[in-house]
Amino acid sequence: MTVHNLYIFDRNGTCLHYGEWNRKKQAGISKDEEFKLMYGMSFSIRSFVSKMSPLDMKDGFMTFQTSRYKLHYYETPTGLKIIMNTDLGVPNSRDILHQIYSTLYVEYIVKNPLCALGDTLQSELFNSRLDSFVRALPFFSARAA
Amino acid sequence: MAIFSVYVVNKAGGLIYQYDNHVPRTEVEKTFSFPLDLVLKIHDEKVVVSFGQRDGIRVGHAVLSINGVDVNGKNTSEGKEILEYLKDPANYPVSIKFGRARLSSNEKLMLASMFHSLFAIGSQLSPEVGSSGIEMLETDAFKLHCFQTLTGIKFIVLADPRQTGIDALLRKIYEIYSDFALKNPFYSLEMPIRCELFDQNLKGSLEVAEKAATFGPVS
Repeated sequence: MTVHNLYIFDRNGTCLHYGEWNRKKQAGISKDEEFKLMYGMSFSIRSFVSKMSPLDMKDGFMTFQTSRYKLHYYETPTGLKIIMNTDLGVPNSRDILHQIYSTLYVEYIVKNPLCALGDTLQSELFNSRLDSFVRALPFFSARAA
Repeated sequence: MAIFSVYVVNKAGGLIYQYDNHVPRTEVEKTFSFPLDLVLKIHDEKVVVSFGQRDGIRVGHAVLSINGVDVNGKNTSEGKEILEYLKDPANYPVSIKFGRARLSSNEKLMLASMFHSLFAIGSQLSPEVGSSGIEMLETDAFKLHCFQTLTGIKFIVLADPRQTGIDALLRKIYEIYSDFALKNPFYSLEMPIRCELFDQNLKGSLEVAEKAATFGPVS
């Protein structure tokens, strides 16, 4: 099991943070383009899912998986989006993404007056805490399964 | 446990078959006095709730009928605009039925081609080499399963998140497609499937899949 990468977007689609751990394939486009594509995809999936759903939804879109990876999606009511790609063995990790939001983003970005909201996250502290948080996840190590 | 609907998408992203197997109806009818305590707006030629949830009426629900008469898009059956009609205190008390808007066939076509490109982007943004497109998409209300054949046709099944045996069902639908659509001499490739035998067999296998929690191996 492993974590491939993680994106944090704000509600306007700006990529606030991108972290990469075990990524074997790059998208073949610049990072900037990739962020736009990723945001566009998640935006479209949200609208697709809300139209497609036969019932009213509470959380909406949560994960999708392909033959090789699984994408976990979490969105706060303020529109902050956290997207994490892992391998297929990882169970639904909504609580982990929520933890990234509540114990890392809120603690080290929102509570830091020097961090301008809506801009790429520059905080060294946030970056290192996020990195060690992800590395400590039970399913992080590349071949733990 | 339920299987909601089946979509077949050709390799260009066109919807060639759609079947709604089980559509849960969430409809609420309520009598209102003036002024209306919901905020309504026009969205996609429908009048939908944009703010205010009460008694089972949720944001996103569309106005389905007024005083028991079905509405016609954003107009009442008499051709008056619904929003104008509801502004007039003389028309109250009024009984309005709300529910999730049904997808029109145009919207279904649009959603099918939307999924076609999402499928492709899902594989392009993969962090691993050799990834397929989206095979399973999960929400709290339903799970979407997609099976793409080597020739590029996509079979999509929407089901309850707890429904099992969908992989076998998707392969069964592929089998039915090969037997009854492709072998039909009047069927031209990539075009909508209008074939009674295909319909019948599909319905049959959906029933079997719904009844047996685990669908048997494809014979």
